[in-house]
Amino acid sequence: MMPATGTTPLFEVRDLRVTFEKRGRSLEAVRGISLHVAPGEVLGVVGESGSGKSLGMLASIGLQPRGARVSGSVRFKGRELTELPRAEMRSLRGSRIAMIFQDPLSSLNPVMTVGAQIAEAVWLHNPGMSKRAAMDRAKDLLALVAIPQPDRRISQYPHEFSGGMRQRVMIAMAVANDPDLLIADEPTTALDVTVQAQIMGVLAELQQRLKLGMILITHDLGVLAGHADRVAVVYAGRVVEEAGVNDLFARPGHPYTRGLIASIPNMASQTDRLFSIEGSPPPIGTLPPGCPFAPRCPMARDICRRDAPPMLFEGAHGAACHFAFDRAGRAA
Amino acid sequence: MTLVSPSRASRLALHWPHWLSLPMMLGLLIVGFWAIMTVAAPLVAPYDPLDLVGRRLQAPSWEHWLGTDALGRDVLSRTLHGAVHSLPLAVMVVALSVLIGATLGALSGYLGGWVGAVIMRLVDVTLSFPPMLLAMAVAASLGPGLGNAAIAMVIVWWPVYARLMRAQVLEVREREHVEAAVASGATRPRVLIRHILPLCWTPVLVSATMDLGQVILLAASLSFIGLGATPPTPEWGSMISDGASQFYSWWVALGPGLAILTIVLGFNFIGDGLHDYFDPRSE
Repeated sequence: MMPATGTTPLFEVRDLRVTFEKRGRSLEAVRGISLHVAPGEVLGVVGESGSGKSLGMLASIGLQPRGARVSGSVRFKGRELTELPRAEMRSLRGSRIAMIFQDPLSSLNPVMTVGAQIAEAVWLHNPGMSKRAAMDRAKDLLALVAIPQPDRRISQYPHEFSGGMRQRVMIAMAVANDPDLLIADEPTTALDVTVQAQIMGVLAELQQRLKLGMILITHDLGVLAGHADRVAVVYAGRVVEEAGVNDLFARPGHPYTRGLIASIPNMASQTDRLFSIEGSPPPIGTLPPGCPFAPRCPMARDICRRDAPPMLFEGAHGAACHFAFDRAGRAA
Repeated sequence: MTLVSPSRASRLALHWPHWLSLPMMLGLLIVGFWAIMTVAAPLVAPYDPLDLVGRRLQAPSWEHWLGTDALGRDVLSRTLHGAVHSLPLAVMVVALSVLIGATLGALSGYLGGWVGAVIMRLVDVTLSFPPMLLAMAVAASLGPGLGNAAIAMVIVWWPVYARLMRAQVLEVREREHVEAAVASGATRPRVLIRHILPLCWTPVLVSATMDLGQVILLAASLSFIGLGATPPTPEWGSMISDGASQFYSWWVALGPGLAILTIVLGFNFIGDGLHDYFDPRSE
């Protein structure tokens, strides 16, 4: 069970499942993700492509693709979101819960000016506001995300912006209505490395200033090291480890997490080869009976191939491995 | 190295608006001519199109550039006046078809489900008839007259745009900026109107331009078999029909024939030009 954290969570997902029906077969892409975010906390969600991390987080706020079935419980400030009528869910999205997407070019409407798009995000949740006031607010927001010359930039189209500037625009739209929770889906993946750092800087600064709860979805553990308070590691549609960020790097409990950490290139070590985890994640719908990581795990034993491991806790640090926190097992 | 001032020709090329390709220019000239005729025909035509102004079936001469028809009316005057009916009719038919077709197609693509299915089956059923046959059947049941022919043509034509629009909406609605709009709390109608539709118009616009020519052709065909314009209206289709019975007086059908040929060609040129202009891959 979830250990008591003291504060009531801002956002709590419990046993979230996303299923696709395909030719009579049902494929479970997200197989029961549980996590929580406290107000003002940054939760990193890390996992490989296809692990279900983005899908799960999108589905939790009702943005699942067509044809997907979502079950489980999602609570935001104590309200159950899965039972919310569509109109109420819509008024939450963009005002209390905001989103940033991976590719800032395709996430902006190419035929609307940047100003009009930000103003729309403002105006959608303040219908009484005049268009002019919304535009002024858009200008302030551009300045907030450190875009130079907001007066001029506001009437430009997305194609006139660089990748980093576009992502700043997306961030401006996301924080337009002072949300409580920001879900950033790989916000820096599509950007150059140098720009990545700038964007993460802007995000971190706004998060601090606006006291945002944030879910930072990424496949880059390195990004999380500097910016997350806690981390949830997702593998094959399930959280396999969650811990405070320092705890996670210092004492990873799951062999998959250890593999991820070992894969981070290290400037100090003089090795020719980068470490990588053998094999690839199991395709959806063809999971092995026991632990889903067992086929790739360097320390898998019979029990791993037979029984799915439960989440074992040591304080607030949880890992879904039979040998989590077990020094003997780790040595093997 | 000296700076060479660009030659006259290259300066012209430099300032040439890039949408104005040669076909586009030809098309605009031709269509522009006929568009002017829709208002100016009574002013520039040498004779009244309905008056019997000379001997019947005269070959082209300086007096009657395109000869006279079986009743002795001036073919050139009648041909120029033909634009008065054909062009506005075609524009109306296409505009109405686009309005109905694009609306239904967009709804079908965006809503999907049973609404979309019903609309698309309706489209399938309509498109399964040969267009000419369906137009004939509808026009015949409504009775002759250009207005009824127009209704028949709209019934035949709207499904084309419904399909086109649906395909566009299906493609655009999966784009990420649409998801981003949903994530920012936009309502469904707003997402469709502000974030999907503005990106869907290009192929509809190109197709509608080319269809203007096709509709003129279809209208003429209906008139040719007596289901469109009623005599003595100077309409190209019925004029060709008159000419068809005068085998040895080739000039009777020549005027309206050339009119249809040029205007269809003109619209195709413009459509082509628009297509190239909107196509990001073209220069």
